[in-house]
Amino acid sequence: MIHFQRNFAKIILSFSLCCSSAIAAPPLVVQAKRVLTAAGQTIENGTVVCIDGKIKAIGKTGEVAIPDNATILKSEVAMPGMVDVRTCAGLSGILNVKHDSDQIEHSSPLQPELRAIDAYNPREELVEYLRSFGVTTIHTGHAPGELMSGQTLIAKTIGNTIEEALMVDGRAIAATLAESSTKSGKASPGTRGKQMAMLRSLLIEAQEFQTKLNAKANPKPAVSDAAEKEKEKESDPIARNLRLEILVEVLAGKKALLITADRAQDIASAIRLGDEFKIRIWLDSAADAHLMIPQIKAAGVSVLLHPSMARASGEKENLSLQSASKLYAAGIPFAIQGGFEAYVPKVRVVLFEAAIAAAHGLNYNAAIESITISPARILGIQDRVGSLEVGKDADVALYDGDPLEYTTHCVGVVINGKIVSTLVR
Amino acid sequence: MDRPMAWVNATLLPVDKPPIENGAIVVQGDKIKAVGASSSVTIPGDATVVDAKGKWIMPGLICTHSHIGGMGAADGSSPIQPGVRILDSINVRDSGFRRALAGGLTTINIMPGSGHLISGQTVYCKLRYYESSPRVVDEILIRDKEGLPIGGLKMANGTNSQGDSPFPGTRGKSAYLVREQYIKAREYQAKVVKANGDSTKLPPRDLHLETLVEAMQGKRIVHHHTHRHDDIMTVIRLSQEFGFQTVLHHVSEGWKVAKEIAQAKLPCSIIVLDSPGGKVEAKDMTFSNGRVLDEAGVKVAFHTDDWITDSRLFMRSAALAVRAGMNRNKAVAGLTLAGAEMLGLGDRIGSLTVGKDADIAILSGDPLSVFSRVLETWVEGRKAFDLSKSEDQLYAEGGMTAGSDLDPYLCCFAPAWQGGAK
Repeated sequence: MIHFQRNFAKIILSFSLCCSSAIAAPPLVVQAKRVLTAAGQTIENGTVVCIDGKIKAIGKTGEVAIPDNATILKSEVAMPGMVDVRTCAGLSGILNVKHDSDQIEHSSPLQPELRAIDAYNPREELVEYLRSFGVTTIHTGHAPGELMSGQTLIAKTIGNTIEEALMVDGRAIAATLAESSTKSGKASPGTRGKQMAMLRSLLIEAQEFQTKLNAKANPKPAVSDAAEKEKEKESDPIARNLRLEILVEVLAGKKALLITADRAQDIASAIRLGDEFKIRIWLDSAADAHLMIPQIKAAGVSVLLHPSMARASGEKENLSLQSASKLYAAGIPFAIQGGFEAYVPKVRVVLFEAAIAAAHGLNYNAAIESITISPARILGIQDRVGSLEVGKDADVALYDGDPLEYTTHCVGVVINGKIVSTLVR
Repeated sequence: MDRPMAWVNATLLPVDKPPIENGAIVVQGDKIKAVGASSSVTIPGDATVVDAKGKWIMPGLICTHSHIGGMGAADGSSPIQPGVRILDSINVRDSGFRRALAGGLTTINIMPGSGHLISGQTVYCKLRYYESSPRVVDEILIRDKEGLPIGGLKMANGTNSQGDSPFPGTRGKSAYLVREQYIKAREYQAKVVKANGDSTKLPPRDLHLETLVEAMQGKRIVHHHTHRHDDIMTVIRLSQEFGFQTVLHHVSEGWKVAKEIAQAKLPCSIIVLDSPGGKVEAKDMTFSNGRVLDEAGVKVAFHTDDWITDSRLFMRSAALAVRAGMNRNKAVAGLTLAGAEMLGLGDRIGSLTVGKDADIAILSGDPLSVFSRVLETWVEGRKAFDLSKSEDQLYAEGGMTAGSDLDPYLCCFAPAWQGGAK
């Protein structure tokens, strides 16, 4: 029933979008002296045609037909709207008070059942702030700080309701392997060893639950009669278990386990956990990634790299501004995140973080990709966002110069083919 | 180091004069000997000459508000502790000092925290971290003519300095407690004056009140943490009532009362953060703050508040202010000369001026570009940072042990540049 209602809401939404753009909104055309497509090419003097929320054409200005009635936006540089691969914006708010801080719940170390959609505030000022610099998609949700703090979601940085903003619900479960997610005194987990034991126990519990669910769905061949089969299905229903159900989705590969791990030994533990349960893990933050390049490469996992300007203290004391360039050189999929900040600045803009990586050895195009198509691929939304290509969502960020440069301004943002910001930032 | 050093063909940012496209600078001993167009500067015959074509040279950066080395001044016993000195708590082996050099910094004002109305005395330090690191804090102090360390006084208002009793619970109580102490200090000073040197009539020495007297006499600049517009006005009111010389720090909502700040002639040392918020007082923070204050006629400097922002990227603060429209030269001055003046050191540091300390940063390009790197930092005529050395690159870019105290590093493989084996 819940699923039905949500799908119903989506249908209504897409209907209204389709009609408003078809009737009210004229086609939108972006023209820039330089178009960074994040699709393998840079177009000098490029044109992007957006119709019905999608990119309909892209190419050299003059070679692409411009529809009648089109609104034309011009700028020095255009690039895909950015994708922040890991933030807590929307659950974590600008004031940093109880009223706007829903990114972490400390009553229990293991709460994968907490959904991000029940906590995300699409009207949060920080979301608007990110959007004004050209961030159009965010993977946001529960913060680091508990062993398993809750779920994440993917949303566009628009919408008055989560239903309007939502792209993917429950994309990952956030886990943390660090001193920050241990407890003091007699409470657990109090050590790194105990953290892993608790995670393994819970995943084993989920495996057993999964086995039960599978057995129920596919009864043993011994029961041959069809009517008997039906009978068995209806009898002895398996009690719902919100915690295990969501982890079954992780075991089934439908959701990722995002593991915040900065120290080398925690990165190793995260990889070990992924191997043992054959689940998709994402290494989050990974301050010591530069020490673990071969291991990360061999494990085939993606890295949601800490912000370049994250503070080099505590678990991150050994972070290196060269991590991004080393991950890139090794061919490891990675994206640079905005991350979570408990104090100031309350949110980080991935554009600024990629710029610092580019200034410290990361290839320029790789820096652009690390905040556009690379995070889209990691998150599994590359068919919709992350590059300027025909058929993708018309999410475009416009700048009056090199987007990575300190003194350049974001001068316009387009999401789903509509202008959503004209602030000069 | 008696042999002079000369850099020629560089882009010079003297700060007190317009930029020089093809400039030369000569350093001898710990002072700047000559600055000007390459064609007009006479290079001494015995000078070591460096062709700095393509490079930019500017004064060493000055951070008016830093917490490198720790924040161990006032404790939790009382909200007003002016007699406590940060000087007595600094960990001179903090790797943050070398990181600051990697950002082109040469002078920092080390401040106690903002959790008190008056959290203690600040101290101005030169980053004299050469091949060997300083072993005691005394080696990095900036001293006056009598040889005494120079520093200011840290004060704060707004929410940080509020708390459970004996800390104030409101803004009104905060201001009251501060006034009460300054009035006591006035009375104390009156007794001292009246005693006229007669030790039998002198009041018992009171380190707290003595410090407040120094502030009122202009011997110790007050560095005042403040964010909200009305808190800023409270600082102005108190500084006028008691006559202490004040620098406003952070000043997140300075843009709302820029005219009033200009009228009060108080300089602002501002922080630039990637986003507003994180606490209620900072919700209206904006990149435009520097521009608005400068256009209103307020002297503006930037600070790192290190660890709040990273000293290695201090230039970024000025660049983001320029992004929001601040005058370029004013923004560069905000990293250098304006800060020097706010510390009362404008005659010694902050610009490439003959006779000033030879504190310089050599960059690969424009300091306001993200792609420019600090290549070398010189402190008082000696090289203190060199990006081409792997040890220094570690502090510039991070990596294993980059965040450790300098000492543990020393214990293991003891390179000469860190003081050698113990």
